[in-house]
Amino acid sequence: MSDNSLNNLPGGFKGMSHDMGSDQTAFKGVQWGKVMMWIFLLSDTFIFSCFLISYMKGRTSTVVDWPNTSEVFSLHVGGVPVPLLLIAIMTFVLITSSGTMALAVKYGYEKNRKMCGWLILATAIGGLTFVGMQVFEWSKLIHEGVRPWENPFGAKQFGSFFFMITGFHGTHVSIGVIFLFIYARKVFRGDFDNGKRGFFTTMKSDYVAIEILGLYWHFVDLVWVFIFAFFYLW
Amino acid sequence: MDEIQNKEQSTSTHKIGIYLWIWGLLFVLSFFSYMVDWFAFQGFLRWTLILIFMFLKAGLIMAFFMHLYWERYALVNVLLWPMTAIAGFIILMAAEAKYTVFTRLLYFFIGG
Repeated sequence: MSDNSLNNLPGGFKGMSHDMGSDQTAFKGVQWGKVMMWIFLLSDTFIFSCFLISYMKGRTSTVVDWPNTSEVFSLHVGGVPVPLLLIAIMTFVLITSSGTMALAVKYGYEKNRKMCGWLILATAIGGLTFVGMQVFEWSKLIHEGVRPWENPFGAKQFGSFFFMITGFHGTHVSIGVIFLFIYARKVFRGDFDNGKRGFFTTMKSDYVAIEILGLYWHFVDLVWVFIFAFFYLW
Repeated sequence: MDEIQNKEQSTSTHKIGIYLWIWGLLFVLSFFSYMVDWFAFQGFLRWTLILIFMFLKAGLIMAFFMHLYWERYALVNVLLWPMTAIAGFIILMAAEAKYTVFTRLLYFFIGG
């Protein structure tokens, strides 16, 4: 993206056939780590798709009524049940953290160390809030008797899909939060300004690492968009 | 699009306005999809609205937050085309699920 020589190459599909067409670097202007992260995210997309497709298959093929998620995930505010309240708040928290991450990437490329660091820290705290609310949601459902093999609301398959899908997503969020804290520290310490070498590598640190971290974090938000639509709203 | 691409690439960073706009849009779209449940829309209307808001949100995140809109087509196409396999998988498993529920109804309730 930062390479001015890219402007002299053709764009669009013509550019694609040029880039792919001969013995040369295919992904021009994209740091190798970024390509690797994208390919990892593509494989992760397939894993989450398999979960959601098996959920679709399980829900369609059961002859027992599926639990009404609107009621199952409602919270009582002053004695009145508000449908999906916690899930809605979780969605907004995750989108907020995605926005702060996008801005962190922008300030990173502008070499604004302080802003970048604080925004990554804000993103990490958003992610931590999300995981905290998920823990609350899980414990609430477990108290109500939801298990992977049974639940008091309807079709038995509900529990196993719920714990599997939200659990796998929550694991992704937790791993993301850990990396966000690590990278916030690296940014504040100035690793990306003075090109300090990383712990596992001899290569110099660069703010492109923040964009790669951002890709992962936005992907976590992206998966939640699909889980929210298919599991909670459908 | 080419002009925007060239301009953005030469500065290597995007104006803050675009991020704030997308951020705002994501909030509005999430609010709308929550409203689908709030007003308890049912049936075809519910599913269409859920899918529209979902794809709009996913598209905005991928295009702008994940910068795909500014990437060269070589990367964009390598990432997006494999996902069509998922669509094929969904169609196969939907057919399979219909068959499973048909046999279950047949044997559980009618008794073969």
